Amino acid sequence: MTARTVKGIAKGLALAAAFVLPAFATTSSGPAPAFQLAGRGGKTIDLAQYKGQVVMINFWATWCDPCRKEMPLLEDIYKKYKPMGFTLIGVNVEPKTGDPEGWLSKLPKPVTFPVAFDVDSKVSKLYKVVGMPTTVFIDRKGNVREVHISYKAGDENLYLSQIRSLLKE
Amino acid sequence: MKALHTSLVRYVITCLAVIGAAGLAVDATAGVLPEDRADVLYFRYDGGGVTINGPSMLVRKSIGEHVSVAANYYIDMVSSASIDVETSASPYDDERTQSSLSVDFLHGKSTYSVGYVNSDESDYKAKTMFANVSHDMFGDLTTIGFGYKVGNNDVFRNVKIDGVKVNDPTFAETMESKSFNVSISQIITKNLILSGQYEVITDEGFLRSPYRSVRFFTDPLNQGLEAEKYPNTRSSNAGSIRAKYFLPYRAALDGMYRFYTDTWGVIGHTGELGYVHPLKANWIFEGRVRYYTQTKADFYADIFPRANFANFEARDKELGTYTAVTAGLGATYEFKIDRFPWLAKGSLNLRYDYMTVAYDDFRDATFSVGKFGVPPDDPLAPGTEPLYKLNANILQFYISAFF
Amino acid sequence: MRTRGLIVLSTLAFLMAGCSSIEPWVKPYDRENLADPIMAFTRAPISQDFLDHVFESREGSRGASGGGGGGCGCN
Repeated sequence: MTARTVKGIAKGLALAAAFVLPAFATTSSGPAPAFQLAGRGGKTIDLAQYKGQVVMINFWATWCDPCRKEMPLLEDIYKKYKPMGFTLIGVNVEPKTGDPEGWLSKLPKPVTFPVAFDVDSKVSKLYKVVGMPTTVFIDRKGNVREVHISYKAGDENLYLSQIRSLLKE
Repeated sequence: MKALHTSLVRYVITCLAVIGAAGLAVDATAGVLPEDRADVLYFRYDGGGVTINGPSMLVRKSIGEHVSVAANYYIDMVSSASIDVETSASPYDDERTQSSLSVDFLHGKSTYSVGYVNSDESDYKAKTMFANVSHDMFGDLTTIGFGYKVGNNDVFRNVKIDGVKVNDPTFAETMESKSFNVSISQIITKNLILSGQYEVITDEGFLRSPYRSVRFFTDPLNQGLEAEKYPNTRSSNAGSIRAKYFLPYRAALDGMYRFYTDTWGVIGHTGELGYVHPLKANWIFEGRVRYYTQTKADFYADIFPRANFANFEARDKELGTYTAVTAGLGATYEFKIDRFPWLAKGSLNLRYDYMTVAYDDFRDATFSVGKFGVPPDDPLAPGTEPLYKLNANILQFYISAFF
Repeated sequence: MRTRGLIVLSTLAFLMAGCSSIEPWVKPYDRENLADPIMAFTRAPISQDFLDHVFESREGSRGASGGGGGGCGCN
């Protein structure tokens, strides 16, 4: 192994270090930032009204494939745990409400949990969203406890165990 | 050139290994596999005395969350009476079949692909293997990729024995091609993405056509023929940059430029501009223009001053000086069928391109030697024939299905 | 030639290592336009591969066109 090859590998490792370094801070602890957004049917959705419940916020968009895939699973989770003091808020990040409203109305399994429209990306910025979808878990006291970025098949099990442990508190 | 190649080889292999290791270590957020699809294409190329048509079929399917497999089967049915064939032989028909298989493996933010391509025609058999690694980084704004491709090709020569076309049993040659490429794709704004690619290709072995001859002046008014003589290596460098921009009323503009140079002295510039315009809910229209200009290889000439003029001689018009302009229009109609919920989207697509090529140093020798061995009534002196031009119509009709 | 190549490539590597201190300036929730299917560099690989083959088998240039594959189709 020549000196040149060692130098080459060292440079390659420096390059790799850039990939492996931890990403960027999402708000993953501390009090959940308050917000009020317009929701479906013109209702206002205010995070404060859910204090005392376990809240799961899901940031999604119609152009995001994994977001669309996880929607029916989120609906199942909402129906199952709502009676136990749990709520799910879907925050759509698109600048115009036409596309998401249209997509939601055409779903074979309709969504019954509250959906808010973050048209100015105010809430996305508040929660420092760095990936799509982003799912935030908030405990009964209003603190952010866990942030999950992206969705792949099987992640719903992570959501369920997180919700169950927060409901026990 | 060789020294830079060796450093580049070493750097690419190191990066492939290190990114591979880094990719395996990190699985924070995931990248995305290409979407599942099936496409069937019918194409027809008609120009310069050559007609090529055929089908191409592509199927891509993901297996689980991490693997995507793609297979392609493609047939070129060739009917050729090209300018080279007119001046030296008789028209011929041939068929080329190409099949390929590739597998993509997604792990975290890295995608690893390997693939194999096999191409078969009566006088040329090509086998190519490729491997790529790409990695999304920097909040998914940047994607870098490294690729390696190696091809082993067998070259034969067809002759007619008792009226039957067979491979000449005395002729069998080989050539090998290796290529390395690096690419980087960068999101600049929420409406603009840029991509750059650099590729180095090295060919070694039998690199000329077994059928083509060069011509030379036997005296000021007559010509003779002798076999082409090519170097047995060719190394090339190509660098390209492309951009895609989203227009506020929902349309996309794109542009591309590629610079090419090789050890044979060929220099090529490619520029392309395109515009994609969706209309209503189902239609997408596309228009594009491509401009290509090339300066000749060092050992190319339409006619040499005398027999055995140089160590290397070529008369392949593809190595000459010329300009080619291609303009194309496409229309896509997208649809969904309620009765087939498994079909996420289908599309019918039509595309027409018109290509026109003007050669600056390749002359139409049918004016001096005639066609298929029949001399013209009033032959022109060699070297005074008009410069050759060709126009081609390229038609594509394809159906795509997305799952 | 070799040293120059390695210097260029290692500068790139160190620059990229330093990139982690810059925040990505296009947020994932702003990716709507970029995610639009009309913004793909290649909307139909089957058609693009065919056209790339048409040009590559008639021109002296090859490479850096974003495509793959082999085969000749010459003469």
